[in-house]
Amino acid sequence: MNTSEINSILKQLTSVPALSGYESRLHETLNTLWKPYLDEISISRVGSYHALRLGQASQPRPRLLLTAHMDTIGLMVSGIQDGFLRLTEIGGIDARLLPGQLVTVHGKQLIPAVIVQPPPFLLPKEYQSNPVPLQYLWADCGLSAEKVNQQIHIGDIVTFDQPFIELDNDLVSSPGLDNRASLTAITVCIQELAQRQPLWDSWFVASVQEEETQVGALTSAFQIQPNLAIVVDVTFANGPGSPPHKTFPLGKGITLGWGATVHPYLYQSFKDLADQLEIPYKPEPMPRRSGTDADSLQTVAHGIPTMVIGIPLRYMHSAVEIISLKDIQRTARLLTEFIARLEVDYLDKIKWDETN
Amino acid sequence: MGRNQLNLTLPAFGAPQIRLLEKLSNAQAVSGDEGEVRKIVLENIRPNVDEARIDALGNVLAIKRGSANTRVKVMIAAHMDEVGLMLTSEEDKEEGYYRFEVIGGIDPRVLAGKRVKFAHQDKFGVIGSKPIHLTSADERKNLLGIDSLRIDCASANNKIKVGERATFATEFMRTGDQLRGKALDDRLGVAILIELLKHPFPHLDILAAFTVQEEVGLRGAQVAAYALDPQVALVLDCTPAYDLPLEVEDPDHPIENARYNTKLRKGPAIYLADRETLSDPRWIAHLVQTAETMHIPYQFRQPGGGGTDAGSIHLQRSGIPSISVSTPARYIHTPAAIASFTDWKNTFHLVYSALNRLNADVFNQER
Repeated sequence: MNTSEINSILKQLTSVPALSGYESRLHETLNTLWKPYLDEISISRVGSYHALRLGQASQPRPRLLLTAHMDTIGLMVSGIQDGFLRLTEIGGIDARLLPGQLVTVHGKQLIPAVIVQPPPFLLPKEYQSNPVPLQYLWADCGLSAEKVNQQIHIGDIVTFDQPFIELDNDLVSSPGLDNRASLTAITVCIQELAQRQPLWDSWFVASVQEEETQVGALTSAFQIQPNLAIVVDVTFANGPGSPPHKTFPLGKGITLGWGATVHPYLYQSFKDLADQLEIPYKPEPMPRRSGTDADSLQTVAHGIPTMVIGIPLRYMHSAVEIISLKDIQRTARLLTEFIARLEVDYLDKIKWDETN
Repeated sequence: MGRNQLNLTLPAFGAPQIRLLEKLSNAQAVSGDEGEVRKIVLENIRPNVDEARIDALGNVLAIKRGSANTRVKVMIAAHMDEVGLMLTSEEDKEEGYYRFEVIGGIDPRVLAGKRVKFAHQDKFGVIGSKPIHLTSADERKNLLGIDSLRIDCASANNKIKVGERATFATEFMRTGDQLRGKALDDRLGVAILIELLKHPFPHLDILAAFTVQEEVGLRGAQVAAYALDPQVALVLDCTPAYDLPLEVEDPDHPIENARYNTKLRKGPAIYLADRETLSDPRWIAHLVQTAETMHIPYQFRQPGGGGTDAGSIHLQRSGIPSISVSTPARYIHTPAAIASFTDWKNTFHLVYSALNRLNADVFNQER
């Protein structure tokens, strides 16, 4: 699929704000993008979106799980005073990025607002010229206190209000690219697999609440009981202020996770395939945990051999995230080829050296 | 004198004016580069004035003469420029990273995480920072200062060069009574001045100055006042409303926020004194009487800091009795200011009515 088609899928997916715990509003979009290409759709008890593409091999067929989380970070109304809103975060947010941020409050209707830092004289002394913590910031809807009380309640969610834009060189910027970029890669993979005949059953899952408890991936893995799992998530791209040794170049290729979360045989398979397809990649060392759904998913039931694929994203968890459509395209291609080429006896090859 | 005795009908002010404000607020006119707003101003005033010219600094100076034999020469000023950013050094041409400086008073704490748009081209940049995952809690207590931030254009681009100006990429929006935009300071004033020029004031010569470089030291107004040589001057600006709740440490003993400067939805703000100007008391009395006669709400801007073009106008030539009237707005000089349509409309109606009532007698008494 070319990058302009990928662009339009990504734009569609980022246009729906679905914070952790409020992902169901994305189900309809996934119905449009996924359903026509798949055999079975269901929603898990906690709201994850499950889709099955039946394989060609005879029963019992091995099962592959390919998953990306569909939730995004955001904020929630935690208090109301004189028409001004206090906020708390959903997912990790650096409060230093918030003053001046346009947001939408999901009250009785959608209400535009802006997050503001009070003038210094209204703040405790220690914050007058220093970063102001979230507990002292307000969201202002520009409405009277009376109207705010009618329209907005504690617990209403607050999403970044910043339209998707295209930059040069197949780069785009939008809030929520973490993790709609990975969902886009899976969407492209699903659509391209329509032309292929994979042997395995492929379960595609858009998981909920990765940014909070990872309950989605954990429970979907239990329900599906896959023989293998692939987690796609964004990883850190280089950028001003970010340490080069902990980040990856933007638009120059994807990452293959390497560490305790990743099964070494699976890693080798992906590495070999990427080499063969001439897809640029870098190994991403994950010395302890991966920081993705893979951490929860790997230890479900009897344990699942798991792979982590990363798409470099600049300014993660901000309203100015930037990603490369080319890297999404590369991820999709690698996933498609892996699934299409998966041999029916692949599992037999996943053995520890010591047992060979 | 009651409203009927004044026999003054207030002109309509609504959707067409909001459309003009939208155009003005989305235009990019950082101090020193006011061309986009100048163009909109000239297009809109040309049919309504006797003469209009652009002076050496870029001010638009326009004259609309009255028909009466004796007329008062009133200067009305509103600044066209806005705060913004300028690229000052190319850090990585291939990646498209630039160092920048702010133009005008922008708190550096509103920069990180924002999108900016370059003037006169459809190109964006972003100001990002290290992801939260890679920072420590201690690190997040440090200010993200201008020296540590970059404007990131994400690619090499031959059109983007050192010296380019940029503004926050905030589109104007109106919902209900709320007006929101990046440059309400002072496009609210510019739009009112454009509107005033549509109406005849037979007993006045209206000397309109759409000024440049207010945000970098009231510089345009200085030469505009010299050239126009008015008897008196009124400045239309936009002033902060700091009417936010006070952080209360002890909920049993709440304290009021007594330093609000102005309050949103409490009407146009009449200036008594700021850091640059002591308002002429005859102007103050005239505006207050007008507001009360016409039943237009008004408030006094709390005396204190800040300044408007009146600061340089009142010092010009042999002295010019001056005053400022502002539409209050919250969060000016940030990505998005919020103002009240009703306040804005009332500002127009107050100034319109005050000009109608203005005559030489007002200023013939001793101050």
